[in-house]
Amino acid sequence: MLNKNSVWKVLLAVLIVAMCALYALPNLYGEDNAVQISAGRNATVTESMLSQVRETLDSNEIDTKRIEFEDGQILVRLKDSEAQLKARENLERALGDDYVVAMNLAADTPQWLEDLGASPMKLGLDLRGGVHFLMEVDMSEAIAKSLEDAESDFRTALREENLRYRAVNVRDGHVDIKFRDEETLESAQFFLRNRNRDLLFTEQDNLVLRAAFSEDKLKEIRDYAVKQNITILRNRVNQLGVAEPLIQKQGADRIVVQLPGVQDTARAKEILNATATLEFRLLDREHDVRDAINGRVPPGTQLINDKNGQPQLLEKQVMLTGNHIIDANNSVDEYGIPQVNISLDSEGGNKMSRGTRGNIGNPMATVFIEYKATGEKTEEGKLKFEKHEEVISVATIQAQLGSSFRITGLDSPKEARDLALLLRAGALIAPIQIVEERTVGPSLGAENIELGMQAIIYGLIAVLAFMLIYYKAFGIVANIALASNLVMIVGIMSMIPGATLTLPGMAGIVLTVGMAVDANVLIFERIREELRDGRSPQQAIHQGYDSAFSTIMDANITTFIAALILFAVGTGPIKGFSITLMIGIATSMFTAILLTRVIVNAVWGGRRVKKLAI
Amino acid sequence: MRLIKVSETINFMKLRTVMMVLSAVLLIGSVASLAVNSLNWGLDFTGGTLIEVGYDKPANLSQIRTTLNETDFEDAVVQNFGSSEAVLIRIAPREGVKSAQIGNQVVSALRSTGDNVEMRRIEFVGPNVGEELTEQGGLAMLVALLCILVYVAMRFEWRFALGSVSALAHDVLLTLGLFSILQIEFDLTVLAAVLAVIGYSLNDTIVVCDRIRENFRKIRKGEPNEIVNISLTQTLNRTIITSLTTVLVLLALFYKGGALIHGFATALLFGVIIGTYSSIYVASSVALALGISKEDLMPPQVEKEGADLDPMP
Repeated sequence: MLNKNSVWKVLLAVLIVAMCALYALPNLYGEDNAVQISAGRNATVTESMLSQVRETLDSNEIDTKRIEFEDGQILVRLKDSEAQLKARENLERALGDDYVVAMNLAADTPQWLEDLGASPMKLGLDLRGGVHFLMEVDMSEAIAKSLEDAESDFRTALREENLRYRAVNVRDGHVDIKFRDEETLESAQFFLRNRNRDLLFTEQDNLVLRAAFSEDKLKEIRDYAVKQNITILRNRVNQLGVAEPLIQKQGADRIVVQLPGVQDTARAKEILNATATLEFRLLDREHDVRDAINGRVPPGTQLINDKNGQPQLLEKQVMLTGNHIIDANNSVDEYGIPQVNISLDSEGGNKMSRGTRGNIGNPMATVFIEYKATGEKTEEGKLKFEKHEEVISVATIQAQLGSSFRITGLDSPKEARDLALLLRAGALIAPIQIVEERTVGPSLGAENIELGMQAIIYGLIAVLAFMLIYYKAFGIVANIALASNLVMIVGIMSMIPGATLTLPGMAGIVLTVGMAVDANVLIFERIREELRDGRSPQQAIHQGYDSAFSTIMDANITTFIAALILFAVGTGPIKGFSITLMIGIATSMFTAILLTRVIVNAVWGGRRVKKLAI
Repeated sequence: MRLIKVSETINFMKLRTVMMVLSAVLLIGSVASLAVNSLNWGLDFTGGTLIEVGYDKPANLSQIRTTLNETDFEDAVVQNFGSSEAVLIRIAPREGVKSAQIGNQVVSALRSTGDNVEMRRIEFVGPNVGEELTEQGGLAMLVALLCILVYVAMRFEWRFALGSVSALAHDVLLTLGLFSILQIEFDLTVLAAVLAVIGYSLNDTIVVCDRIRENFRKIRKGEPNEIVNISLTQTLNRTIITSLTTVLVLLALFYKGGALIHGFATALLFGVIIGTYSSIYVASSVALALGISKEDLMPPQVEKEGADLDPMP
C-alpha cells in the first residue's frame, strides 16, 4: 500500500519538533527587572553576602521576587523597574566601592528548563536598548611603538658589543642606523641579523643600515594590538558594571563593543576611551637640562614637561611600560600622603629589577601618556592622534625594585584613585577611536519588539486563513507545518549560542513565514495536477511529493547559498537577517517535506480514499 | 478552489518581445536614475549622526530647527519619523569636531528648552565605515550572483544559469531604480531587503526552470517555445499563490512593522512582484534567446533525473 509511514520517520519528525518546541519555551516566560551584584577588584561576592543584601532591601521596604547566588554573582529579581532603581541605589550605598551593582534584565526561565540548558533568544540592541560601539585601533601607532622598542634595543645591543654607531633613528616605518665605517657596518649587520630574525636588514648609501619589520611580524604586531586592546576594553567594561557585554574583534583592526541596557553613553565613552599608559624612565643627569631647553637635546634623551610645566630631561630608553602592570591600588602612607601601589607581572618585575639595580640613588620619572584625537586626518582618512606625555612624578630609587613598588608624589587622593583605576584597567597598546556608535533607547527597543511581533502575527493569520480556504484539509496540514516552522525557528535561534535576534532578523522571520508555504504549494499543486491527469488519490499524493522534491531542493539550496554568502560577507543587520533566513530555509524544508508527509500519510495513507479535499 | 482555471496553455512567449522591450525600458530608466539621482544613501553609508527623539506631544519642528541653529547645528535636517511626536534629526559628518559627542549635545540642547524629550536612538557612523560598507554590500551581491551562476550551471545548464542570473540582476537593478526615483532612504535594512529579493526571485526562477527542464525531457515533440509556455502555465498557480502569501505578510510588515522597517518592506514588496514577473519573462526569455533545445537538457546516458538527490518519500 502506498503512503504508509515508517515508525522511525514519525518518531524523528515528532522528536525534532518537540525538541525545538521545548527550547523555544523559555521565550514565553519574559524577563524580570533585576539587579546584579558582582565583585570589584578587591573583593569577592560570596553566598554569605546574601543575608546582607536581603537585610538592606528589607530595611528599605523593597519587595523582591527572588535573590540568587550563581557564578560569583548575586542576582536580585524585583517586581518592577521602580523597585529596581531603588534597590540599586540602596545596595550601592550599602556595599560600597568594592562591588559593582548593575541593572539587568534576567530571563524568568523556570528552573527545570534552565537545567536542560534552555534559555530565551538573545535580543539585539535594536530590540532591547543599549549602546553599540565600533572602535578602530590605530595601527600606525602600534607599529611606531614597536619600532621605538627596536630602536632602543639596537642602541643597547650595539653598545654592549662595542660596535660604534653614529646615530639610530626611526623614520617612515623603519629604523636607520648610521655607522662610521664599512667594517663596523658589516659586523653590526651580521650581529643584528642573527639577533633579530623577524627584521629585514638592508644596506643603504652613506653607511646606513636599515631595519624594517617583515610582513609576518607586522601582522603579528597588528593582531597583538587588537588582542591587547580587547583584553583592556573588557577590563574597563567590567568597571562599568554592564550585565552582558559583548566585546569582539571585527575585521583586521576593529573591535565591536556592545553594552546592553546602558544609556549613559557619555560615561561609557569616557571610560572606554581613556587611552592612557605609564612609562618608567631614568632621568638624564649627565647633560644639562638648560642646554636641552635651548634646543640642544642630546641624542638618546627627550624633554618632557612635568605637571607644573617644568621640562625634565629623560632618557629615551623606557625601563618599563604600563603593559606589565597587573594590579594597582591607591592608599596613603604613614604621613597621609597619597600613593599608588603597583604590582607587576614576572617579566615586568625582571625588567624593573634589572633597570633599577645599577641606578640606586638615581631619580626615576613616571611618565603619563595619553592619546588624544586631533581632529585631523591622515591621507587614508584615518584620524590622527596626538601623544601627550607628562611627567607625573620623579622619585629617587631607594633600592632595587621588584615586582611590587609604589609611586608617590601625587597631588591628591583623587589623583591617586584615578591613576590607580587607569592602571588597573590596563594600558592600551595603541590608541582606539570610535568609528561607529549606536544607542537605542529602551522604549524604542520595546516598541520594535512589539511592532515586529504584531507584523508576524497579522502576517501569519493572513497566510493561515488563505491556505485553509485554498487547500481545505491539506491547508490544515500546511498550517500545522507553518506553525511548527515558526516554533522551530524560535527554538533553534534560542539553541544557537551566537545567534541574536535583531529587527532585520525579525523581518527575516516574517519573510520566511510568507515563503515557507512555497514548498507545500509546490507539492499540493503537483497533487492537483496528478489528480487532474486521472490518477488515484494515493498515487497522486505519492507522485506529488516525489516530483516536487527535486524542485524544492534546487530552489532552496540556491537561496541557501545566497544567504550563506550574506552571512560570510555581511556585518550587523545583514548577518542578523541571513541567520534567520538560513534557519528558516532549513526548517521550512523539514516541515514542508517531512512533517507534512508524516501527517498526510497518517490521515490519508494506507487506506482507500475516494476523493481528496485539496 | 482554484485561483486561476487554466484549460489550455497560455501563450506567454507571444508577448516575449513586448516584455523584453518593457524590461529594457525599465532597466534603462533605473540605470539612468541611478546615474543622475544616485541613491538617497542613509546614514549607514554616508556617515554622520542621526538622532531620534520622542516628545510627549506633537513636536514643533520649526522650534527644534531654531534651537539647533543656535547650538551650531545649522546643517541639521529635522523631520517627523513615523508619528508627529517622533522627530528624526540628521547631521552630516563634520571635520574636526568630536563627532561621537554630537548626539548627546543635541539631546541636551533640545532638553534645555524645557520640553520633555526622550532619547530614542542615537547613531553615529564614521565616514570610512560607510565607504567600506558600500564596497562590502556590492561585493556580497556580486559573489552571491556568481556562486548562483555556478550552481545553476552545474545542476541545470549554462543557458538557464545565465537566464536566472539575468533575472536576478534585472530585479536588483529595478529595485534600486525604484529607490533612486522615489528617493527613499537606502540604509542597511534596505540592503538586506535587496539581498532577500535575490533569494526570493531565485527561488521563483529555479522552480520555473526546473519545470521547463522536466518538460523538455518528458514531452517528445514540440518547439522550445511551446514547451516553455506549457511549463509556465503549469507553474502559474504556484507562482501566484506563493507571491500572494509573501505579499500578504509583507503588507503586514509594511503597515504594522513600524517606521524603522518601512524601507525594508517597500523594497521587498516591489522586489517580490518584480521577481515574479522576471521569472516568467526574463529568465525563460533569456534561456530561449540563447537557443535552449531538447538536446541540451537530455540527461546523460547513465545518470537518471535527480539521481544525485535521493527523493524523500
